Amino acid sequence: MSAQAKSFGARWLGALSANAAALTGYPASLQVADGELDQHAARFIAVVPDSASHFPRARQGQVGLAEGWALARAVHDAVAADEAMPDKRVIVAVIDVPGQAYGRTEEAYGIHQALAAAAQAYAKARQAGHPVIGLIVGKAMSGGFLAHGYQANRLIALSGDAVQVHAMGKQAAARITQRTVEGVEELARTITPMAYDIESYASLGLLFRQLAVTGDQAEDLSAVETVRRALSDALADIQAAPDEASQRDLSSRLQGNGREASVEVRRRLRVQWAG
Amino acid sequence: MNTSELLQRQSFVELSARARVAQLLDGGSGRELLGPFERLTSPWLALQDIVTQSDDGVVISRGTVDGVDVVIAAIEPAFQGGSMGEVGGAKIAGALELAVEDAANGKPVVPVLLLETGGVRLQEANCGLAAIAEIHAAIVALRAWVPVVGVVTGPVGCFGGMSIAAGLCSHLIVTREARLGLNGPQVIEQEAGIEEFDSRDRPMIWSLLGGQQRHATGLVEDLCDDDVRAVRARIVEAVQSGDTAPARIENIQAFETLLAAIEPDVLAEADKVRAAFEQQANHAGAFS
Repeated sequence: MSAQAKSFGARWLGALSANAAALTGYPASLQVADGELDQHAARFIAVVPDSASHFPRARQGQVGLAEGWALARAVHDAVAADEAMPDKRVIVAVIDVPGQAYGRTEEAYGIHQALAAAAQAYAKARQAGHPVIGLIVGKAMSGGFLAHGYQANRLIALSGDAVQVHAMGKQAAARITQRTVEGVEELARTITPMAYDIESYASLGLLFRQLAVTGDQAEDLSAVETVRRALSDALADIQAAPDEASQRDLSSRLQGNGREASVEVRRRLRVQWAG
Repeated sequence: MNTSELLQRQSFVELSARARVAQLLDGGSGRELLGPFERLTSPWLALQDIVTQSDDGVVISRGTVDGVDVVIAAIEPAFQGGSMGEVGGAKIAGALELAVEDAANGKPVVPVLLLETGGVRLQEANCGLAAIAEIHAAIVALRAWVPVVGVVTGPVGCFGGMSIAAGLCSHLIVTREARLGLNGPQVIEQEAGIEEFDSRDRPMIWSLLGGQQRHATGLVEDLCDDDVRAVRARIVEAVQSGDTAPARIENIQAFETLLAAIEPDVLAEADKVRAAFEQQANHAGAFS
């Protein structure tokens, strides 16, 4: 990284991995560090800004072509290394992504496939028995989040205005839905899934836990301790799931309130499935 | 092709989702799940005074294709741009999750996904995004047992988080009319500027994101005509194949090598993109 201030993602990656040296062989926009969590080996991964990136559309921490494929490699290599191990290392996605890269080059060379490779790597890690935890320390936007973190067994989010989850930035969302930006903001106040703030997102029941810690507290030892404890709790919660299938799938996301229709659709589908 | 063949064609692109399903399944084998009479409508659109649809734009049907047990998930292009809301997304994710359970219990069902979608329905933003993550998870889980077949024919194309779902399929079938890309043209223009991407330049868009180009670069497996029989014939072949784990998903190294050769400051042109993929394929046999 250049002289620019470190991103939340970079700062939390450093704090949680005890500032272990980042692994080499990855683009500067992808930081991978091996550390530990509760005496288990753990790999921490963050996408960070790189103002000198070869790809101009991916210099602010977006998940672009290079980040997508490198994420896939970072996760895939951990799975391959632990293949014969009974105790699979924990994988923690430290999430601070303003989105995917928007550009002509990106589309032309198949950015959707790069993000698919990243999402697949995380999903396969989870299905191979790696506990995967997504820690949202800043923005978790759209395709960036789908590629980096949304396949985790458990999701944890910090608090504060800088912590946001959404499918699209406000300007673009306004254009696509043929509204004004003010109109989008107005709706976001009343329609929970359209909101950008983390409290609204938490009310959808998708988080394992929301912490009273803000993104800029990565150098605050008690805040770091709070986050480490939550990661440990998430790990214990994954391992406490009743059977192997539910230790390795996303079913815990449907146990919260806030997505009643998602639950009801599945309940009725199950009734009709076998005929 | 002669004139009589042309006249016998029936367009797949022009069919509704439910009509597509009826054309693909063996006669009499279809059974729609959570059909429109279930009245499972979007809880979020109504709050915004937007007219709902009683199937939320997704048709789920079990049945057989040439005797193979399948579950088809067809997205209706004419409702809200084929966008994924909470209900429609849960219909697809839930059906795939049940297919995972069946496959694990020795009852394989092959999913066929008809992906006409702009991605997340922005009026249900985070519910759509969450459902798409669940669809991704189920596709990857299913591929341990069965092929997962994706079909993009147009008119909408396949964008957003659902283009990632397409990228996860073991077998992708497209027509020349299809487009496949992560970001919709208007969104790129909004985010990156019209010099980067002119959303009204249709020849440029199809030259880069169109079915022919995606096939030429190995990002989809099959290109076929917009004809019901042709599309069905490709699906018949695909559902009978094993999971081929195509190089476009698995060969990380080949793509990373390809990336190093890209000059991002030069506007991408279709022929140069093809040449770059071909060179890589010749070098490593990676993409075909």
